[in-house]
Amino acid sequence: MSRPTILGYVRPDGRVGIRNHLLVMSTVICSSFVTRRIADQVKGAVAIENPFGCGQLEPDLEVTKRTLINTAKNPNVGGVLVVGLGCEQIQADDLAKEIERTGKPVERVVVQEEDGGTPAAIEKGVRLLRRMAEEVLTQRPEEVDISNLTMGVECGGSDATSGLASNPVVGYASDKLIDLGGTVILSEAPEMIGAEEILANRAVSREVGDKIIRMVRKWVDLAASYNVDLVGTQPAPGNIAGGISTIEEKSLGAIIKGGSRPVQGVVDYAEVVKGKGLWLMDTPGYDVMSVVGMVAGGATLVVFTTGRGTPTGNPIAPVIKVTANPYTAKKMRENMDFDASTVTLGQEAIEQAGERLFKLIIDVARGKPTRAELLGFNEFVIHKIIPSF
Amino acid sequence: MSLETIVERQALVLNSSDNVAIALRDLKAGEEVVVRIGDSGLRVKFLNDIPFGHKFAIKDIPKCDYVIKYGHVIGRAKRDIKVGEHVHVHNVESLTVVHSVCRG
Repeated sequence: MSRPTILGYVRPDGRVGIRNHLLVMSTVICSSFVTRRIADQVKGAVAIENPFGCGQLEPDLEVTKRTLINTAKNPNVGGVLVVGLGCEQIQADDLAKEIERTGKPVERVVVQEEDGGTPAAIEKGVRLLRRMAEEVLTQRPEEVDISNLTMGVECGGSDATSGLASNPVVGYASDKLIDLGGTVILSEAPEMIGAEEILANRAVSREVGDKIIRMVRKWVDLAASYNVDLVGTQPAPGNIAGGISTIEEKSLGAIIKGGSRPVQGVVDYAEVVKGKGLWLMDTPGYDVMSVVGMVAGGATLVVFTTGRGTPTGNPIAPVIKVTANPYTAKKMRENMDFDASTVTLGQEAIEQAGERLFKLIIDVARGKPTRAELLGFNEFVIHKIIPSF
Repeated sequence: MSLETIVERQALVLNSSDNVAIALRDLKAGEEVVVRIGDSGLRVKFLNDIPFGHKFAIKDIPKCDYVIKYGHVIGRAKRDIKVGEHVHVHNVESLTVVHSVCRG
């Protein structure tokens, strides 16, 4: 059988995207309104409104910066307009220079530099972005090998069917993509608590295994340092109503979506993965924050399982929604891309459903829009490690 | 909406070393079902209502013994749990808990 191909946008730096977005990004909350106004006026443009960018201590600032830069560098983005205020910590020039290293077109607008304030900045931004659109939106995708695909796997609004059926189905697809030479990112370190030994035993080296244990331990210690139990947060009230009793139970069900292949390494939040195969990313279990981290880390597509039913998407990556809860498959059908409740009900084997899902993944990587894309879901929230000052 | 119309299986044991099973429909107190564990069957009478997706014990689990699902530890029993009893946050604690019933 011939290898599957996807429709890829090959960027100047060699990375391959499956979407071709024009990205308008604010350096700070103060330029977010201007950012949105600019994006609204140009077809094909998406806005990312950064809620931080000022009042941050260095290690926290570094996380925000890395997330913004690596999101803009994601190959699903064809061109970038950076919108700054002028007096903030994250300077538009610094972001633009770093993003330019990809060879993609990058422009900048700084509100305080414009004569007239925000209306002038919006006008200039729209003008720059329209010109960029002419260049970027004429690019056509080409047939490229499936190994160019980087898939983030996520679960949110989990219930007992997540660990039972939808995550094993996604795990099957993860293994298949890795066996074809692709890349998979598994995140949510707090949702590895109780399952860290399983992942560490699959690490390619002792060093990577130790790193996994340390990463997970850090989250246990962090919760304990506040003298609070995880239950109620991890698992969340919806998880508990769905039958999940402890974080260990949630974790054992969650890690299955990453499949069963060796763990190549661990990267920090929003850090770009350093090779093919299965990678772990140290993100919170807060699902949207985790998706944003994985997309910054290079995921061009996300497969997202949900038992309870969550509609979230991402500004630049298609998010495929999978549910194995028969109630959710019916009730939230307009938000779901894939029904795996057949596995829960014993009507279909995990392997069969996994093959079906893999076909859908290829379709989406060839341009088929997901429900989250069609409905316009584009949530964006960045992990924070220190309070703002 | 009733699941009974579409569900064929009633409960599922994921690993032969597990001491809990998962309800695949809303099961009622007093009801009896046969749960398949490997090649054998175990008749379980429910001591409580077990909602869809929730767990019930298929072995007696003494206080502070491990609760096993997926063949792995998912927590400890906060009190003695009988076969057929609902197993959830009221009688199971994570090993990560700050204030443990078992560790004191």
